[in-house]
Amino acid sequence: MAYQVTQSDLEAIALGGAFLGTGGGGDPYIGKLMARQAIAEHGPVTVIAADEVADDTLCVPVFMMGAPTVMLEKLPSGDEILKALAELETFLGKKAGALICVEAGGLNSTIPFMVAAATGLPLIDGDGMGRAFPELQMVTFTMHGIASSPMVVADDKGNSALMSTISNLWTERLARVVAVQMGGAALVAAFPMNGADMKKALLHGTMTTIRDIGNTILSERKASRHPGAALRAMTGGAHLFTGRVVDVQRATEGGFARGKLTLRGIDDFAGQEFLVHFQNEFLLAETATGAPICMTPDLICALDADMGLPVTTEQMRYGMTVEFSAIPADPQWHTPAGLELAGPKYFGYDHEFRPFTTGERA
Amino acid sequence: MYRLGIDVGGTNTDAVVMKGKDVLAGIKAPTSEDVTTGVVAAMNGAIAQAGIDRANVSNVMIGTTHFTNAVIERKHLTQVAAIRLGLPATACLPPAVDWPQDLKTVVGDHGYLVRGGYEFDGREISPLDEAELIRIAKDIQSKDLKAAAITCVFGPINAEMEQRAKAIIQEHCPGLPVVLSTDIGRIGLLERESATIMNASLLRLAAKTVDAFGDALRDAGINCPFYITQNDGTLMAAETVKNFPVLTFASGPTNSMRGAAFLTGVKEAIVVDIGGTTTDVGALQQGFPRQAATVVDVGGVRTNFRMPDVFSIGLGGGSLVREQNGAVAVGPQSVGYKIIQEAKVFGGQTLTTTDIAVASGKAQVGDPAKVADVDPALAKTAMDTITSMLENAVERARVSPELIPVIAVGGGSILMPDSLGDLTVIRPDNFAVANAVGAAIAQISGEVDRVFSLEKTTREECLVLAEQEATQNALAAGAVAETIQVIEREDVPLAYLPGNATRIHVKVVGEMGGSNE
Repeated sequence: MAYQVTQSDLEAIALGGAFLGTGGGGDPYIGKLMARQAIAEHGPVTVIAADEVADDTLCVPVFMMGAPTVMLEKLPSGDEILKALAELETFLGKKAGALICVEAGGLNSTIPFMVAAATGLPLIDGDGMGRAFPELQMVTFTMHGIASSPMVVADDKGNSALMSTISNLWTERLARVVAVQMGGAALVAAFPMNGADMKKALLHGTMTTIRDIGNTILSERKASRHPGAALRAMTGGAHLFTGRVVDVQRATEGGFARGKLTLRGIDDFAGQEFLVHFQNEFLLAETATGAPICMTPDLICALDADMGLPVTTEQMRYGMTVEFSAIPADPQWHTPAGLELAGPKYFGYDHEFRPFTTGERA
Repeated sequence: MYRLGIDVGGTNTDAVVMKGKDVLAGIKAPTSEDVTTGVVAAMNGAIAQAGIDRANVSNVMIGTTHFTNAVIERKHLTQVAAIRLGLPATACLPPAVDWPQDLKTVVGDHGYLVRGGYEFDGREISPLDEAELIRIAKDIQSKDLKAAAITCVFGPINAEMEQRAKAIIQEHCPGLPVVLSTDIGRIGLLERESATIMNASLLRLAAKTVDAFGDALRDAGINCPFYITQNDGTLMAAETVKNFPVLTFASGPTNSMRGAAFLTGVKEAIVVDIGGTTTDVGALQQGFPRQAATVVDVGGVRTNFRMPDVFSIGLGGGSLVREQNGAVAVGPQSVGYKIIQEAKVFGGQTLTTTDIAVASGKAQVGDPAKVADVDPALAKTAMDTITSMLENAVERARVSPELIPVIAVGGGSILMPDSLGDLTVIRPDNFAVANAVGAAIAQISGEVDRVFSLEKTTREECLVLAEQEATQNALAAGAVAETIQVIEREDVPLAYLPGNATRIHVKVVGEMGGSNE
């Protein structure tokens, strides 16, 4: 069912996006402000269900790619994404009929609302990840053979690049270099697909999911409850641990924010130590001895242990207390194709994928 | 030797004399319009009450909510030119884009976007548009703006462009105070920029206030060093505050919470500090204010300071109570320090929350006969409104159903009922001067913030080195060695610099020497 998204819905959408961002994808705050400005100027966004889109409609994902730490500091000009979309349409000789969110977590969960408001195009209820992932090819679209190119990458300075590649992994390699050269962050229109393909490849309903997650966080906080338990009940998740950050190690390599958190368990987890590895997103949680307790593609979501708000990797500071939850990824991610794209091995972690299980750490 | 803690609130100025862990005297005096008179009155009162020789005062610690109140009340702020170096990037969200409209109006909404700024790797986004800065300087003069705030994209990795822009602006606007974002905050453009703009808009008030403190102390015959408390509960030399008033923003709440913990010995509680103009609500965990993990809202603006997680509402003992179309509005406007002239119980004409508390029989202050004419229905509605404002604020700070106590401190705590919902309320001895106690026990810090090369060493070794250096700085400033602990420790790799450079920031705190004597 189609529905309208107004300025007042953006708070919940951004919160839900931050939660599914699994620590990465950038703080949706910037995207929320951009969407708010665009909705104030152009009116509300229409979100439509995938099956309301005709099979021959051109559907285009729009997103930002780059390092989240860059996006906190260097905001977009606002024109680059419209330019990227327009140039892609010109190349294809066809106008887009609907927009797609590529990534329901982080900044990219709110960016499409800004583009939808500015262009008047409807936004399809769904996305290609159901969370945030650090690389462009890590989408269900890839599993369904949908090519990321032709694509247009555009920057704040007015540069744009039209790319044609032989695979989505090549797109990632090339576009990443371009994005780094463009200043670490660029806006992208890619994966042009028709409505029929979109319906097969999309993770349906995730725009509504992030809004619902956001509303749950808001209502639990209002009721003076930490939202962790309600969110886990809602998503089939498990409580991994709660701990205090005792070390944050970071490095920006090739446009990614890589690093490792060391946490000392508190409350029920007192006396234990945990490590959380991230590459933009939290990808692997381990015990102090290196035994994995949750790994990608399953979601490792962080909430501030006190106030219950999602926290990103770049907000992690010495002394913070954080509650980590595990949420199962969409079953598509647990297939061999899904694990090849975004399993632990791909990220260089020497673990066979195992779904997280509750009670394992005891 | 004695320590003097002074807290200057919007309504009252409190002073305590402490020796070691004992509060020898605590005095409350009205904050005066010139600040000075109130400080001198409270200080002299406390010294006289303690019966000590003022020559034996070794340190004076002042906490003030002056600057926070100025932002919350949108008062005493000057109009600021908010200059951002970063075009064509960042154009989608201009300076102060997420500020409440009323604050934007007061500070002027003079945002200027200029070509310039750095990429993450230190390259320029565009060369600095110097001609545009000259044009902006002329605009500043023609609009008679009182200060400028300059924020450069990725300024924290290279301050050069901000410094160059400052030189150009000052060349064309001689004497204009210019605040650079790199002196104020960390990565996170909008938050750092907002803090920089607020700092600039407070400069005039800061200079006036600090000078007034200095004069007051000197005139009272106190010549020892004086410090002002900052956000994290540590002390800042008074002269530094003239340039960085924004760094004192949350010191009031930090002081009152540390004071509340000190006075009650309770380590887990919600502290409600009701002043004359605002009420601050925060949580104590293990005797320390719970730190905000994410962003902190100050007067409706997002900032990224490290601050206690405190929620402020515009309710205090001096808050105006008005009846409009049958509804009762409480605050956020307050008569502030003029309460002793303007509140009805003191013979004035303005109906305040204190008058309501007296009219309802909840408090005995001033002359109850002067509020005999207050409609009991109005008093009840106003009292209910006050209670529900306090309940909402406490509920917001409370994150578990556990029955932890509420510690009520501050001069306005006559507004607090004996219980709030299912929570009991504790009022410690000296509750009215908890802020001043918190200031008197404030800690001294040592800091290191510089670039280390990892060429011939490791990150861990550099962190240890930085920690040792910060500890030395704290000891040199008067900290007691065995009380020192690390409160901030972070490193930001600077990928573009040769030699695998990393910027390390370590801050340690310790008790000021003399506090345990």
